[in-house]
Amino acid sequence: MTEHLAALQVVIPLLCAPICMLVRYRDWSWSVALFGSWSCLAISWLLLQQVMTSGVISYHMGNWVPPIGIEYRIDEINAFVLLIVSAIGAIVTPYARESVRAEFGVNRVYMFYTSYMLCLCGLLGVTITGDAFNLFVFLEISSLSSYVLIAMGKDRRALKAAYQYLILGTIGATFIVIGIGLLYAETGTLNMADLANKLSKNPINKTIGTAFGFLFVGISLKLALFPLHLWLPNAYTFAPSVVSAFLAATATKVAVYVLLRFLFTIFDIKISFGVLPLESVLLALSIVAMFVASVVAIFQPNIKRMLAYSSVAQIGYVILGISFININGLAAGIIHLFNHALIKGGMFLAVGCLFYKIASVNIDKLAGIGRRMPLTMAAFVVGGLGLIGVPLTAGFISKWYLIIGALDRGLWWAAVLILLSSLLAVIYIWRVVEVAYLKPSPDGNNHIEDAPPSMLIPTWVLIGSSIYFGINTDLTVGVAKQAARQLLGGG
Amino acid sequence: MYSYLVLRVVAKLLMPFILLFALYVQFHGDFGPGGGFQAGVIFAAGFILYALIFGLQKAGRVLPRGILRFGIALGVLIFAGVGVYNLLVGGKYLDYSAMAQNPVHGQHLGILLVELGVGVTVASVMIMVFFTFARHRNTKGSD
Repeated sequence: MTEHLAALQVVIPLLCAPICMLVRYRDWSWSVALFGSWSCLAISWLLLQQVMTSGVISYHMGNWVPPIGIEYRIDEINAFVLLIVSAIGAIVTPYARESVRAEFGVNRVYMFYTSYMLCLCGLLGVTITGDAFNLFVFLEISSLSSYVLIAMGKDRRALKAAYQYLILGTIGATFIVIGIGLLYAETGTLNMADLANKLSKNPINKTIGTAFGFLFVGISLKLALFPLHLWLPNAYTFAPSVVSAFLAATATKVAVYVLLRFLFTIFDIKISFGVLPLESVLLALSIVAMFVASVVAIFQPNIKRMLAYSSVAQIGYVILGISFININGLAAGIIHLFNHALIKGGMFLAVGCLFYKIASVNIDKLAGIGRRMPLTMAAFVVGGLGLIGVPLTAGFISKWYLIIGALDRGLWWAAVLILLSSLLAVIYIWRVVEVAYLKPSPDGNNHIEDAPPSMLIPTWVLIGSSIYFGINTDLTVGVAKQAARQLLGGG
Repeated sequence: MYSYLVLRVVAKLLMPFILLFALYVQFHGDFGPGGGFQAGVIFAAGFILYALIFGLQKAGRVLPRGILRFGIALGVLIFAGVGVYNLLVGGKYLDYSAMAQNPVHGQHLGILLVELGVGVTVASVMIMVFFTFARHRNTKGSD
């Protein structure tokens, strides 16, 4: 069965989604989702091992030979992203049981797990496929299901946030499909490897340039690159806790992967960075994102919104790494995809625990909560240290390589800016710490204690692994460097 | 609109033809233009016409929400299930040739089942979307 792992990676969540819908009794649909997400994790781990030992895996859907048929093509970079997405899915699902039960009406629980499985299927599909149009289809599956997931938030404003995301996400998806259409018109193929081959032979003309422009803007919208991030803060703020954690840790990461794929694999570096001054554009936008979003995060009264703006800033770090176009910079971007997924996922889960107990995520409601819910707040603080980039946390590793990448490129001022923007993270994390630990707890809060273990354990698994990957970097740095080398060298 | 005799009679006359045509488009999809999506939409259009003329309640009795929900899930299950069956009998995912002794028969059977899955889901979703919006309007009391 091992040869079919590539197909099963996407098919298992696809099958689990309708089954979740049919078994409407709440815990049953949860068990189906648990089975789905854990088997996805196992499969992605096996795929990564297979890729690292024996190279690229190519799976022909329906036995149609590419470039005619749809090919699933797994190399280092997407095997790594598959692992990120499925690991987050597998950790979030056990957490979801209590949290979803508390935040949803009982009869809507099965809808949550159905959309969640579809979203997982879409994200994994985007990552695994080697076909540009298939990528668009999976992108739509994941986007449509995430609109639904966000709209399920308890707050009525969740509907507006989902609608805003729907409009902007659809514009992004339309741009992407226009870009893919133009590429198809020019080359007559949709297979990524074949596209790369044909594009490298064709002279660059207006059609290819236009396609590149549409794709770049469309993907930037999806990954919330500043200033196209406007959908993100509301979506993450008003979505249910589980959804915020899952999407923050996966959706934008997959979009970054798509950007890498188009910039480095499909278009040659010569086209991506040669025709337009894209390097400087990415550099400028990512630095502005790091600073503006961090400063905005400092002034947010709502923790989820604060974390959402912090995500925009962190995406800035990832894109900054990519804009260096050297091994260390690119590796830093890829490492930060992984580390940020762990850290931000863990922090959103911790905030979900707070919401579960005190039904609010406003900072002023958190006075003294550090003493009432010590384990939850400790997770939040350790995650915060990771965001800042304190040594021995995963965030430090990303920033370390990012700074090396900047110095390799001779951009010492970028390295200084990276350090400065980390100081902004200190401020917004400290605001929460100050209220939670140093302010006296109001009297009415005496009965509040830590969230149940089924929620705390997943939170601490993510936070704990962000520490683990801050100390043992064999997996992250090893895979990321190999992936970066492959992206730069493979054309 | 129940009081309009002409509408009622014409709708009743048209219904079997609409549904039959949907099935024709569905099963002729292997050989000519057509297929699951188009057939599903035509099939749903038949029921939507029925609901427009005879009212939501009657239409709801013909196709209760539970059945629609089941249909939505069933179609996807058929589609993905055919693929998994292909895996089990030794082919690649969605490689219909493995489904029968003769690859050509396998391809026929495979595409027929997959399109059936598409048709069931599309028809159910279309009707469900219509019912959801129509009921929403009813509860607001503007009908």
